[in-house]
Amino acid sequence: MSPVLFELLIRSIWETVLMTGASGLISLVFGLPLGLALVATDRGGIAESLWVNRALGAVINGFRSVPFIILLVALIPVTRLIVGTSIGTWAAIVPLSIAATPYYARIAEVSLREVDHGLIEAARAMGGNRWTIIREVLVPEALPGIVAGFTVTLVTLIGASAMAGAIGAGGLGDLAIRYGYQRFETSVMVAVVIVLIILVCGIQWAGDRLVARLDHRA
Amino acid sequence: MNQHVTAEVADRAYSTASEDVVRLTDLKRRFGATPALDGVSLTVRKGEILGIIGRSGAGKSTLIRCLNGLERPDSGEVFIEGREISRLGERELQPLRRRIGMIFQHFNLLSAKTVEDNVALPLKLEGRPKAERLARAAELLDLVGLSEKAKAYPASLSGGQKQRVGIARALAARPALLLSDEATSALDPETTRSILALLKDINRRLGLTILLITHEMEVIRSIADRVAVIDAGCIVEQGPVWSVFADPRSEITKSLLGGIRPQLPAEIASRLVPGAGGDAILRIDVAGEAARAPLLSDLADALPGPFRLVHGGIDHVQQQPVGTLFLAVAGNDENHLSQVIAFLKARQARVEVLGHVAGSV
Repeated sequence: MSPVLFELLIRSIWETVLMTGASGLISLVFGLPLGLALVATDRGGIAESLWVNRALGAVINGFRSVPFIILLVALIPVTRLIVGTSIGTWAAIVPLSIAATPYYARIAEVSLREVDHGLIEAARAMGGNRWTIIREVLVPEALPGIVAGFTVTLVTLIGASAMAGAIGAGGLGDLAIRYGYQRFETSVMVAVVIVLIILVCGIQWAGDRLVARLDHRA
Repeated sequence: MNQHVTAEVADRAYSTASEDVVRLTDLKRRFGATPALDGVSLTVRKGEILGIIGRSGAGKSTLIRCLNGLERPDSGEVFIEGREISRLGERELQPLRRRIGMIFQHFNLLSAKTVEDNVALPLKLEGRPKAERLARAAELLDLVGLSEKAKAYPASLSGGQKQRVGIARALAARPALLLSDEATSALDPETTRSILALLKDINRRLGLTILLITHEMEVIRSIADRVAVIDAGCIVEQGPVWSVFADPRSEITKSLLGGIRPQLPAEIASRLVPGAGGDAILRIDVAGEAARAPLLSDLADALPGPFRLVHGGIDHVQQQPVGTLFLAVAGNDENHLSQVIAFLKARQARVEVLGHVAGSV
């Protein structure tokens, strides 16, 4: 591989890590509260409100049903509004975050829903309010699942970020298409695949380690 | 340990104005068409252990959950320390719930928190500083005998240890009342005994009022002062444990007592026929003074004629002897039989002719 290509590879890795990390973080910040809202407003939840629950569910399903490549293009005006441009790595973070947030909200919802109702009742019996129940019971008890779900989301985002090349965001997927496929640079293709495998394995390994440390359910 | 126990007794002395910690009047609650509570009135006196017993589905859980507002009655009133709480909003209930500790059948400990953090949680919800929380947790873990497990996670504890942590947690905020929701139902008999002994000990040393629900008469027998029997959402019978044991009035109470009171052996029961002929089988219930008297030897002296003790036993409930004996009175002599019955009744025993058995028993 020529030094030029190697430099491109390094830059692409950085772009992929940036896109995945930033949109992952954003999806955590917005998706977790959304997941909490879904569980809390559902029937028998700590803030039961069925119409809020249905409306939230419908919006989340709406975003999740649009294929990412279409979302990428459809959100261009929004992206331009937020980032100032619709091209480049930072511009790709907007649609990636918007796609990953409802995805992660659903994953977090599943973990939060699994928290034993008896624990919530115990906290209520102790005089806990909604906020303390969320802080002391729901989130800590669901934390292993919340972290495991975040790992899954990050890995999914690495895949999705490959498509972001379509709006000039760069990244490993873009590199593989333009150099590995269209210019027959097999070594680039192989290098990209290896880097992706390492990235995915690394994220999964770190996530699993963290889950094991957090999980005291035995 | 003694110091903090004394200190607690001291702050408790000023904690309640009313002698009744709980007073329920005509509590009703329906789930769909079925009434879970159908007009329950009940009081729990300060310092006592009141046991509520009933089969599953009798309304016990709904009842106990009305006391801390986890469940709302459709009608009726719930007074806790003289204050009506059934119409209070969630926000107003929160400080009140801190006056009421609760323990659960499945313990409901937080798996993500250590034992000491679990115990300290009620204080954290109250916003107390960390040092105070941990000091109180250490004190309580000492009380329940689990000091060495302070840093462990609940998953590593046995069922009995988990319930001890549950008890320590329920006491953390110095409650005026402890609610126990089938707290020993998931435990083996030996662990059950040790948990009940702990509850009794806490009741005596801290003067803590306890209301427990259970479906096991053995639990009532071991620690309750008074018992209320609930069936189909109604209190069908209540009173001091020994007197309900000695003289159960309702069928449900008799059936719940069945497991721990002597019963006529099935082999004899199957051969019983009504009317005369063969040995008469008598069931004799005695309690208190009647059970202390030499009843059977007096009977033998007064009325010669063979009788045999078929089955029976005398138990001690709240230091009172409570017994049930099954006698087979031989012969076909109706006159003799009525004399025996009259003699026993004169000695404060309750007598019932169950029937007759042909041939030898």
